[in-house]
Amino acid sequence: MTNGIIALALTLVTAGLILFFALVPSLRESSSLRVIQAFERLHKAVGHAVEQGSRLHISLGKSSLLEPTNPSALVGLTALKQVSSLSHASDRPPFATSGNGGLTILSQDTERAVFRTSGALEFYNPDRGRLTGPTPFSYIVGAMPLVDSENITAHILVGNFGPEVIFLTESAETESAFTFAASDSLPAQAALYASASEPLIGEELFAIPAYLESGHIYKASLQTQDILRWAVIAVMLGGALLKLVGIL
Amino acid sequence: MKSPVSTAIAIAAGVIVLLGYFVPNPYLTPIRSTLIDWAVIISGIAGLIAIINLVRINWNKLSSTNNRDYYSAILLVGFFLTLLAGLILTPGNIGFQNIVTYIQVPVEASLMGVLAITLIYASIRLFKRRKGWMAVVFMISAVIFLVILSGVLSFAGQVPLLKNLLAAINMLPIAGARGILLGIALGSLTTGLRVLLAADRPYAG
Repeated sequence: MTNGIIALALTLVTAGLILFFALVPSLRESSSLRVIQAFERLHKAVGHAVEQGSRLHISLGKSSLLEPTNPSALVGLTALKQVSSLSHASDRPPFATSGNGGLTILSQDTERAVFRTSGALEFYNPDRGRLTGPTPFSYIVGAMPLVDSENITAHILVGNFGPEVIFLTESAETESAFTFAASDSLPAQAALYASASEPLIGEELFAIPAYLESGHIYKASLQTQDILRWAVIAVMLGGALLKLVGIL
Repeated sequence: MKSPVSTAIAIAAGVIVLLGYFVPNPYLTPIRSTLIDWAVIISGIAGLIAIINLVRINWNKLSSTNNRDYYSAILLVGFFLTLLAGLILTPGNIGFQNIVTYIQVPVEASLMGVLAITLIYASIRLFKRRKGWMAVVFMISAVIFLVILSGVLSFAGQVPLLKNLLAAINMLPIAGARGILLGIALGSLTTGLRVLLAADRPYAG
């Protein structure tokens, strides 16, 4: 019970910090994001695809919304929303693939929201949000034929994957397509580091919405994450020090 | 804001589940359990709808007059045969389970074999793709751990200095992984809270 109350208090403090950073204008404007080359190249790849009339592919992973890995899928959906907003007016709007039924429906819903808010709902096609397979391997293998059949110039892989994601990145490589990849899974991060054009490591995954300029709340969320990280480091070092001197 | 009612329902459901998890309460716990049960049922139905969508897309690809995709035929035949066998024999039937397992397991095992080769090939090409000290560190650590895990250094258990050195090396990936996982946990917390604060609304279509 005590642990639960402490955890709840920490959750409330985190929520308070997010709201504080999002709502105080001076803090909102003073914050700046460090340059990450991967995002610079992603912006260029999206712009290039829109100019060329080629397609963007956003892969959202295989996470179920009932699993603890679902935040990576939610980040993927935010990335899908931003990329779709930038490129939905092109000749070939982006399409999303996923390895879970719930995530597929949410990807269709996200794309629909983009077309609705831009007043182009008649051009929305639900088939651009696809389930390519319900198991980890079938999901990746099912997405591979799309790589060379849809004139895709950039693949954005954001979500929970296994190491088998390398099949997709290697297929993209043979088609000379750009791959931007981020995952919450350690084996997938290792595979992506070796095979993707621009991989993100660790918690950089959760910085994607802020770097895609999705809104103030995402920057505030990132600032809160940084503060919490320093707090965790301080607690760990303090604990080790206290243990060393024999207090703990 | 479109659909304030659905947003309010989503926030309320999230807050109830969160409170029920942290503070067990005789009034909250049954509501939390019911909400989670509903989520499981809805997730199952979503899976069914997505599979119907997958079949429809592949049917369209097969029946398309230009760029007909014959791989879709394999998917459709496999899907309908499995569905028919499942309906007739029922999923609990040992024969049905064996048919599925004897096809799926060898195929996935062979893919694992291909995966190992693909990983080695990608690691070799890493230097071409990404020049810098990180690529060097990646390769050196890959080689070191391949040597350690191969069992070549099993005699090290007898040499105290080598034993301690190997133990220290083995701690490095664990420390790195924990650091990454802590960062991911903090990111997951803030992402979840954004949904609770209705800043992220993936149901906004």
